[in-house]
Parts: sequence; C-alpha cells; structure tokens
Amino acid sequence: MHELTLCRGLLQQVTRIAEEHQASAIKSIHLKVGPLAGIEIELLKRSFPLVAHGTPAQEALLEITAVKATIHCDECDVTSELDNIQLICPHCQSSATTLLSGDEMTLENVVLEQQEIKATHHVH
Amino acid sequence: MCTDCGCTNKKEHSTHDGINSKAHTSPQKPLVVDVHQSLLFENDKQAANNREQLSQHSITAINLMSSPGSGKTRLLERTIDELSERYRIAVIEGDLETENDARRIRAKGIDTIQITTGTACHLDATMINNALQQLDLKHIDLLFIENVGNLVCPASFDLGQHHNVTLLSTTEGDDKPEKYPVIFRATDLTLISKCDLLPFLDDFDPQRAKQSLESVAGSTPLFQLSAKTGEGIDQWLDWLQHAISTTKAAV
Repeated sequence: MHELTLCRGLLQQVTRIAEEHQASAIKSIHLKVGPLAGIEIELLKRSFPLVAHGTPAQEALLEITAVKATIHCDECDVTSELDNIQLICPHCQSSATTLLSGDEMTLENVVLEQQEIKATHHVH
Repeated sequence: MCTDCGCTNKKEHSTHDGINSKAHTSPQKPLVVDVHQSLLFENDKQAANNREQLSQHSITAINLMSSPGSGKTRLLERTIDELSERYRIAVIEGDLETENDARRIRAKGIDTIQITTGTACHLDATMINNALQQLDLKHIDLLFIENVGNLVCPASFDLGQHHNVTLLSTTEGDDKPEKYPVIFRATDLTLISKCDLLPFLDDFDPQRAKQSLESVAGSTPLFQLSAKTGEGIDQWLDWLQHAISTTKAAV
C-alpha cells in the first residue's frame, strides 16, 4: 500500500535533516517496519531509489529492520512473539490480546555524509 | 606536526613558509542523526490538529469504511432518518469521482461536503482539514466521514476521527476480516450489514465472521444490522449516542 507515496514522504524527511546538518549526502537510512504496518519491505526497497534519484539520498543505503509482532495475553498474562499476524495467544488460544509491537513504520535514524572541512592556513 | 591545523603531512605543507596559504581538507566522520518518527508523521500531525479542532467543538467524528457497495451510504441515510431530529449531523463524502453519495445525503437536508479524490484511493488528514473549513463546526454534534470504498488503504491514514466503524456485508464472505487484518484491527466497531439477505445466503455464517474478526483484532464489538428492514439498528444508534455523550462529557 502506497510504498511509493511513503518513499516520497521519507525523502522529504531525510532531505530536511540533511539540510539542517549541512550534510553533502545521505549515507544510509534505517527504518523499522512491523508486519501489521500495511507496507511491504521489498516494495519499499525497490521504490526508494526511484524516488531518490538525483537527490542527496540517491546513494543512500536503505536498511529496514523487520520487527516481529508481539502480543500480551489478558487471559493468561503471557507475552508472546508471533510468527504470523493472527493475534491469538499461542499458549491459551484466547483472542483477548493486546498488541505491544508490530504495526510500526518508523524512520529510526539517518547517517549523513558531512561536508569536508576546509581549513585555510595563514602565512607565517 | 603542523601548528596551524594539527596535521602531520609535511608534503602538503611545503608552502607553509611561503607566501601562499594553502587550504586542505580532512575527512569528517559520518553523522548519525536519531529520528524515531513515523513515516506518516506529516499526516499524523495534521490528523491530530483535526482531532483537536473537532474536540474543541464537541463534535463526535466517525470514519466509516468498507468495500464498495457494502451499504455505507444507505446506513447513513437510515441513521439520519432516526437521529437528525435529536442531533445536528454533517457528512464528509469521499469518492474518486461523482457527487452521487453527497446528493443522496443532501436530499435529507444534511450539510455535506463531497471530496472527489481523483485517483487517491483513501482520504487523508489534509483533505479532511480542507473539508472542515467548509463546515459550520459550531453547529454540529455528529460528523460522519464516509471514506472511499476500499478495505486496504483507508485504515492506515488517520484523519482525526474519534472512532473507526467498518461495514462487512453478508454478500462479501465471512472470512474477510482475516484477509484484511490491517483495517479490521484498526476498527472500533464492525457492522455486518445487509443481514436481511442471510436467509438467501448459505455461505455466510455470522459466528464464523466473529471468529475471523477476533483472530486479527482480539475481542472487539460486532453488530448485525439491516439498514433496509431496521433489524439491529437500535443497537447501532445506542452505540452512537453513547459515543456522542462521551465526547460531550470530555469537554
């Protein structure tokens, strides 16, 4: 869903950060995406270079950490990490669960290539 | 070591004792900037503004979602018939094209803003903000936002609403919730619509739909209703009235 739109929004965010720090380029971008966020990691990875072409982010490495879904069961009080997105407690099969993680899509950090410092020496 | 810049490269500084100054560069370490912000940050910010505006005017805003043809507009017509004498209702309609739905609601004497999105398959907070500016917020108790017919995208875009209500009609199949987990997980109230058709359908089991819903959303309210016959409508109206009282009490 809207991976391309999200990439455009992401490009705006990282470009603004690069400008704020007067960076010459963006080296890498680290995202966290959960299985319930409603976006596909592979599609994001493919879309971003298309959107970033010709910008300071065009060489940026997009690192995406896939976060697992974690639920807490209100019935048996157990916290479980899920391999799927069925929010049923794997221990007692209750559906009275709370999602602790798994629906995030966040920009965690940006690694910037800083401008090289030019030092001018005075004549002795 | 060069006392000017601290480097040890003698060759580079052969001109130090000369007349010319020489600039040289030194590489900088990459800078890590922590962000920890949602990719939907801009939309979320606008949505929060919308929500604040609505709350300040004590307006209860409902985001109504479903597949195309599940009966959202029909349910709104029925709801308006039942509640418009008691509450001041306004509607924001979202469609790719046409004013068809807005026309139906306006025929009931209700203030309606039609958003035609063109190709956008969902409404977003900016579109809602623009629509709010066209409404008289001082004289509204209940605002319905009828989203674009779509079970995939609308769920991910916060509009500033207080409640998400999703329709699932009996002709769509009772396993739809587990096929569309994102929207059903974000839903505060699921309505099985067109239940007047149940006697004619041998493949929709409301119990099965409940299990399907709970597998992706946990325990969550589910009502059955028919906008046509009125079956189950009272429960829906009670839920709405409770939502309105809660909003008003929060001021």
